[in-house]
Amino acid sequence: MKKILVVFFCMNVFWIFSQKCTYNIQGTIVDFHDGSIIDDATILIKNTNKFAVSDSEGNFTISNVCNGKITLVISHIGCKTSEKTIKIDGNYTGKFLLEHHSEELEEVTLKGKIVVKKVASLSETVLSKKMLENYSAASLGDALKEIAGVSSINTGNAIVKPMINGMHSSRIIVMNNGVRLQDQEWGIEHAPNIDLNSSESVSVIKGAGALAFGSDAIGGVVLLNPKNPIRKDSLFGSTIAGFQTNGKAYNIASSLHKTYKNGYFLDANATHKRFGDFRAPDYFLTNTGSKSTAFSLNVGYKTFETGWNLFVSSIANEIGILGASHIGGIQDLVNALNSQQPLIQNDFSYRIDNPKQDVTHFIAKASYFKRFQNVGKLTLQYDFQENQRFEYDRRIGDNRFIPAVDLNLQTHTATADFLFDAKNSWTFQSGTLFRFQENVANPATGVRRLIPDYQKTDAGIYTTIKHEFSENWLFDTGFRYDFNFYGVKKFYQTSRWSVLGYDVLFPELVIQDLGTQLLTNPELSFHNFAMSLGAKRTLSEENSLLLNYTMATRPPNIAELFSDGLHHSAARIELGSLTLNSEKSNRFSLSFLKENSSSKWQIDTYINTIQDYIFIAPNGTEQTIRGAFPKWEYRQTDALLVGFDINIQKEFSENWGYSLNTSYIYAQDTENKMPIIDMPPFQMKNSISYNNNDWHGFSSTLISEFIGRQNRFPDFNFNQFIAETNTTVLVDISTPPNAYHLFHINNTMNFDLGKHSKIQVSLNINNLLNTSYRNYLNRLRFFADDLGRNFQLQIKINY
Amino acid sequence: MKKYIFLFSYLVIMSLTSCSSEDPEIVNEEELITTLRVTLTPQGGGTTVTLQLQDLDGNGPNAPVTNVSGPLQANKTYTGVTQVLNETESPAENITLEVKEEGYEHQFFYTFSNSIATATYTDQDKNGRPIGITFNLTTTTAGIGNLTVTLRHEPNKAASGVSAGIITNAGGETDVEATFNLTVN
Repeated sequence: MKKILVVFFCMNVFWIFSQKCTYNIQGTIVDFHDGSIIDDATILIKNTNKFAVSDSEGNFTISNVCNGKITLVISHIGCKTSEKTIKIDGNYTGKFLLEHHSEELEEVTLKGKIVVKKVASLSETVLSKKMLENYSAASLGDALKEIAGVSSINTGNAIVKPMINGMHSSRIIVMNNGVRLQDQEWGIEHAPNIDLNSSESVSVIKGAGALAFGSDAIGGVVLLNPKNPIRKDSLFGSTIAGFQTNGKAYNIASSLHKTYKNGYFLDANATHKRFGDFRAPDYFLTNTGSKSTAFSLNVGYKTFETGWNLFVSSIANEIGILGASHIGGIQDLVNALNSQQPLIQNDFSYRIDNPKQDVTHFIAKASYFKRFQNVGKLTLQYDFQENQRFEYDRRIGDNRFIPAVDLNLQTHTATADFLFDAKNSWTFQSGTLFRFQENVANPATGVRRLIPDYQKTDAGIYTTIKHEFSENWLFDTGFRYDFNFYGVKKFYQTSRWSVLGYDVLFPELVIQDLGTQLLTNPELSFHNFAMSLGAKRTLSEENSLLLNYTMATRPPNIAELFSDGLHHSAARIELGSLTLNSEKSNRFSLSFLKENSSSKWQIDTYINTIQDYIFIAPNGTEQTIRGAFPKWEYRQTDALLVGFDINIQKEFSENWGYSLNTSYIYAQDTENKMPIIDMPPFQMKNSISYNNNDWHGFSSTLISEFIGRQNRFPDFNFNQFIAETNTTVLVDISTPPNAYHLFHINNTMNFDLGKHSKIQVSLNINNLLNTSYRNYLNRLRFFADDLGRNFQLQIKINY
Repeated sequence: MKKYIFLFSYLVIMSLTSCSSEDPEIVNEEELITTLRVTLTPQGGGTTVTLQLQDLDGNGPNAPVTNVSGPLQANKTYTGVTQVLNETESPAENITLEVKEEGYEHQFFYTFSNSIATATYTDQDKNGRPIGITFNLTTTTAGIGNLTVTLRHEPNKAASGVSAGIITNAGGETDVEATFNLTVN
């Protein structure tokens, strides 16, 4: 590391000698519309640390400016940020114009904001607050599907896990306000514990190249960004209230933002949602209700030079799992597969009975940053998370009220990052991470632990470098190393231990022999390297090309290693494997971006080869005294994923717009020469929208959503003898459902409420034609159809 | 600034020096049933036939072991008694007693293939509905077929056919399911 710094320092010494940096810029900031002066505007020289703030006369001075071409970024609360490129070959004096949109405080379009992309050579898509508000009552997984290439893998409609280019769970890093979410993300029925309402925008970076966040994000990184505080005395807020017919659900979310001119700020959010049973076109989905309560508080002090931030967030979710999906053995699964309808259909109710989940997640974060003139910015952060997960199965007798799964996960993380951005056209970022995590599985459940007690220690270090080679070429590269250590204490059944061959492979792990069970103490270390190299080529004012190669490593997670036993709510025996290696992914991506005043194109293509790709797949059944249960085992193979994601937005006129979202992925198990299980099929979403600003901002969008049939799927079907009927049947758990086509319509109107408030009314209809369908990536597709028509009314008040 | 670095290092050290954990507590699955034993005594004399299913490792990988002691006589009525035991304990825990105590929440079902025999219940729970711990088995003509014995927990005894011994509408949780190959001579 030191050597690299010395080399770069020497390289830059030549730069300094060839530049004269004794000039100054003097200027005045005025309003574009009426020429009035604007005080307290920030004028920053792009890609440097040099800045000034305009005084009460609108004047500012920046000294020690180097000759050459520079770009000034001028920003001010209530104004559209502007950039101006000027050539310095002497002292410069000028007037700079800003468009001042006064009291509106509406979201400035993302084009005008300084949105700093995390990795220049990777596609980064941002969902604005306006887009997120449509999903105020829904989940993160639902909102992310607005992005081409992002789908979801579900357990019903309340548990939605984002899937980026076919990758999900441990292959995706979710960062909530700078905190990497640690919430048992390994399970298909474990959705991320996020309240969308506390975020200002959500960014998705596909692939692992954003190395500042980790070396294992083989699928991608999801960033939930908080509101950026403004340096002005202000107080504003909003409340969203909504109602939906499908599920007779109501939701209410409120947020309040207070900022001070001196730099202090405070954001508070509170959300409550309540859903009853959902309805498919022909019947109610009994026991699919849910309840969610969340609050968050983000306070701090932020100036250009320094700042600190305290963030506290808490979310409590109670989620019902479709009653008909609870099965007691293979017989019940066969009955469900053969039945066109779920075997439990009751009238509508808000009741959440077993099987259900009860999860609470708490985050506390403290961070501090300081800019050092002519060097860069140091950020220090400590965060603590606690996740408590209860899973209740349909149990009998006194055990009815005792959860079958009781996991407590606590994580401490400390990070230090340094951003060197003082040099023109070079940006370095370097950082370290320490993390300690402890998982405790409560034995009071009376059920053998699904995943064991463990302590995990992580340490990581990374560097990323970005270089503006010329006006048209930008290069970035990064390196990261992470060390993971698992200290696990796990009970194995003695019979399982020998059937798995561990008595021969790992006899030294046994620390206590208790007859029918053995206590073992596996200690596993993983070394993970990641590397990224990319370029951005600006072809013209409108077009650019992104090229990136990333190599990333992901160690197996706790479920892949140690799953052991009958997972009641999934009614299958899940078995991990101690012999799993880390996954290693090599991903090449090529993206084409086009943006002009009337259209926006984003075409992402990628090839991802994953060595030792870990997945879980069925492997017949296991016989117990209670009958036969389907058995799923984690295994490892080599995979090849090739795909494209396309997003096109076009404005045909002032009123009419069109957009297209489509994606396809080819996923092959190259070792066994068969398709990979659970991959999203071809999808295409076409939307036509009509806007009329004269009619109270009326906008209406008609969406046609087509999901194809996944024709590439592995055949894991098996024959099973059913004792009850004395027959042998084929259990078909592999065949995906048919393709389907849905229509949706979204309508919005804005009204003024008094002098300072605005009210926005939305009426959305999902699945307009009440089409019956099943989704291949919904684990509950074996038991019931997906959602029928839904009318959603949402009212948002800004004040 | 300095104090922040100190605080940071302190937190880092704190997180690294994890307290060594105690060993976790073992979980023995409650009310584990390892053995189902059906004893058939021919009325009016003859050889007793015993059917047994045994799975000593519970939810473990070892498959249950089935045993049928001998053939049945044709056109004969047998007095049947069923027991469920936990044989991982010594002496074996007789779970049949618990089943009898909570008789209203349990029912044994006896299903035959190829019409080789029929079963009628000879016991009752506190609501006057059968439990099935004791029953009569009457064989028909010679042949071979299967007997499936199922113990359901919290079945719907009021549903159609359930109290007559037809499992189709019973519901509830399956605690035991055993299939025996029977030969009727």
